[in-house]
Amino acid sequence: MRKFDLLITGVGGQGIILASDIIAEAALAAGYDVKKTDTLGMAQRGGSVVSHVRIGPRVWSPLIKEGEVDILVALEKLEAARWGHYLRYGAIAIVNNHTLPPLPVNLGNERYPTDEEITNILRQRSDRIYFINGTNLTRKLGNIRTLNMFMLGCASLFLPLKVNTWKEIISHRLPSNKRQINITAFGQGRKEIRSVCI
Amino acid sequence: MVKLLSGNEALALGAYHAGVGVATSYPGTPSTEILEYMARFDDVYAEWSTNEKVAVEVALGAAYAGTRSLASMKHVGLNVASDPFMAAATTGVNAGMVIISADDPGIHSSQNEQDNRHYAKLAKVPMLEPTDSQEAYDLMAYAFDISERFDTPVLVRTTTRISHSKSVVKVNRSQVIPAKQRGFQHNVEKYVMLPVYARLRRPLIEERLVKLAAFAETFPLNQVQWGERYLGVVTTGVAYQYAREVFPKASFLKLSMTYPLPQNLIRHFVDQVDRIIVIEELDPFLQESIQAMGIKVTGKEFIPRLGELNVGIIGEASGTAQLLTKTSPRQSFDTLQKLPQRPPLLCPGCPHTGLFFVLSSIGQRAKSPKAKNKAPKELKLIITGDIGCYTLGAYHPLNAMDTCACMGASIGQALGMVKAGISNKVVAVIGDSTFLHSGITPLLNAVYNEGQITVIILDNRTTAMTGHQDHPGTGISAQGKETKAVELEHLVRGMGISDVKVVDAFNIKGIRSAVRNSLDSPELSVIIVRGDCSVHVPKRSEPRVVDTEKCNGCGICLMLGCPAIQRENEQVYIDTALCVGNACTICQQICPQQAIVPESKTRR
Repeated sequence: MRKFDLLITGVGGQGIILASDIIAEAALAAGYDVKKTDTLGMAQRGGSVVSHVRIGPRVWSPLIKEGEVDILVALEKLEAARWGHYLRYGAIAIVNNHTLPPLPVNLGNERYPTDEEITNILRQRSDRIYFINGTNLTRKLGNIRTLNMFMLGCASLFLPLKVNTWKEIISHRLPSNKRQINITAFGQGRKEIRSVCI
Repeated sequence: MVKLLSGNEALALGAYHAGVGVATSYPGTPSTEILEYMARFDDVYAEWSTNEKVAVEVALGAAYAGTRSLASMKHVGLNVASDPFMAAATTGVNAGMVIISADDPGIHSSQNEQDNRHYAKLAKVPMLEPTDSQEAYDLMAYAFDISERFDTPVLVRTTTRISHSKSVVKVNRSQVIPAKQRGFQHNVEKYVMLPVYARLRRPLIEERLVKLAAFAETFPLNQVQWGERYLGVVTTGVAYQYAREVFPKASFLKLSMTYPLPQNLIRHFVDQVDRIIVIEELDPFLQESIQAMGIKVTGKEFIPRLGELNVGIIGEASGTAQLLTKTSPRQSFDTLQKLPQRPPLLCPGCPHTGLFFVLSSIGQRAKSPKAKNKAPKELKLIITGDIGCYTLGAYHPLNAMDTCACMGASIGQALGMVKAGISNKVVAVIGDSTFLHSGITPLLNAVYNEGQITVIILDNRTTAMTGHQDHPGTGISAQGKETKAVELEHLVRGMGISDVKVVDAFNIKGIRSAVRNSLDSPELSVIIVRGDCSVHVPKRSEPRVVDTEKCNGCGICLMLGCPAIQRENEQVYIDTALCVGNACTICQQICPQQAIVPESKTRR
């Protein structure tokens, strides 16, 4: 049994906490020790959100140490770059290829980084950076609110947990009318990352 | 049974399994979820109290009456509740009473940073601190037991990282032994704190502390964990988890009862290690107590005393203190540029945005993007603020707040400024839940002392910032029962205020005229700005869009700071997935070019 430290980042309202809860519960069901913690700003929506999930044979600190993240899942590009220094060398970064400009950018006071800049920031730690068109693909699927499960599907390919465990936990955590579309989104994510990796 | 629980869930479940009957709280990060989980149990009475002082008083009454009780609050809540907390420490309880203080090291969502462990020392009551969710669960049974055995309220102190981390908990519900004495027994010497009786209680408190210190020696969750003897680490709370990771081979004294301290256990541990350090978050609470025992110990000489700790911080600090032979230097990382910040914002459709836009424009506080070099004129308004989502009105581009100190402070501060004789008009801005928590007495004070101020109550009919809890203005109890809803305008008029206006939060003209009218008024006036929190708007309809032919790019709409209004290459557009539509329309009302229209109007 090896350890996995995952960082899920994005913008408030994207469903990051639910996604990290599901990872933690799936890992617990698979027999791992688990800790997870979220850091939120004070607002309900719109601020930066980051969730730490640690799984392994024995977990002490709920927070991942800088430079030790194994898998970064970013639901927004800028929020991927913001946490680049948390990656270990050779980590996996799965980045939703989507821009949500923060207010200082909208007001013209600051500049949103280019794709090349974001890539270069992450490349300092790893070449395994996968940009995924999660927002577009979930829109095609009929509900962009399933982006979190889509990204979870991507991340699941790198974790030694059974697909059925994931599906069970997702079913358990979502209301019945949203179960199917979220499980579909999860499956699509898993398929998409496979096509990008190979 | 094994569960993944947050610290707050574990505290609530632990209290439930320990037979708690009455639970009280006022919402406050990071403590809120404790009462929310408690409210789900049908056989527990759970309430949102109007404030923490009331919460502790209700819990104390329940304990006097023979029912185990729990009052939970954030660290600053205990400041509000310190009066009944000290009183409870003096009278003692009857059935068990536990007070949870959830501290916020790092100031994630608070107005200050304070270490509430000092309250245990001040009140001379026992204190327990969990190191993870398992201990949070286990400690509650001990807490009620200690409370009843020693006739004292017990302080359980947690922090954001304990309350808001999930970890694995083995739930082990044992048989609940009911409290010894049901019902209330008349006993003036115990419960009526006239000086003559309080003086009788005083020596009992000191005796209690001596007995508690003896109890702490054998408290099962104060644990020595032997490793190599080159280093002994005394630690508590989440710092224990970090320290275990930084020093995998050292010996540990983990303290989960941190007041009073087990002095013999500490000496026993210290005597058997070569070097001793204390690792704790915030103040050197343990360190100074151990030093006072005559033991040479370090800790805060290298461990920071502000903010949250983590494995990286403790590792680096320990490297500089020569505690780690092999330290991994911080790996260099270049972010190439300063990445733009993503500050929290008022939501799209927020009922506070319109009022702040009006205050900002009347007070000439903001400059539009096109007027970059024009310096703002002298401030015409002083806006004293308060605690809630609306404190975000202080941020650019609204810039509509001058102060924010603590719950209810806006009104007293406004009066103080007027009485100090400043020439500016003073406006106090306070939310409905905050007003009911501690805005009523300062408003009464302003009436009594004839303060010529304008008080604006932002009535979004919920306690929004902490996640939409009900309060006396909503008419719904913590357990979902319908109850009496207090009418703010009646309450305010009942205080003797005649200039009371109620305006729609989404009507800019209405807000502007009410504010202007109040500012010119020779007497104290109250404006209630009423509109539902956008998170509660059930149906989003007809998002607004920018008619690019009419838009001249003046950027006035961007001055609302609405997250739905964005800009790409000089063209402003509205993210229709975020816009709440007809429920708001504020941007449409303020656009000088009438370029913001319902989506349907553009498909002519």
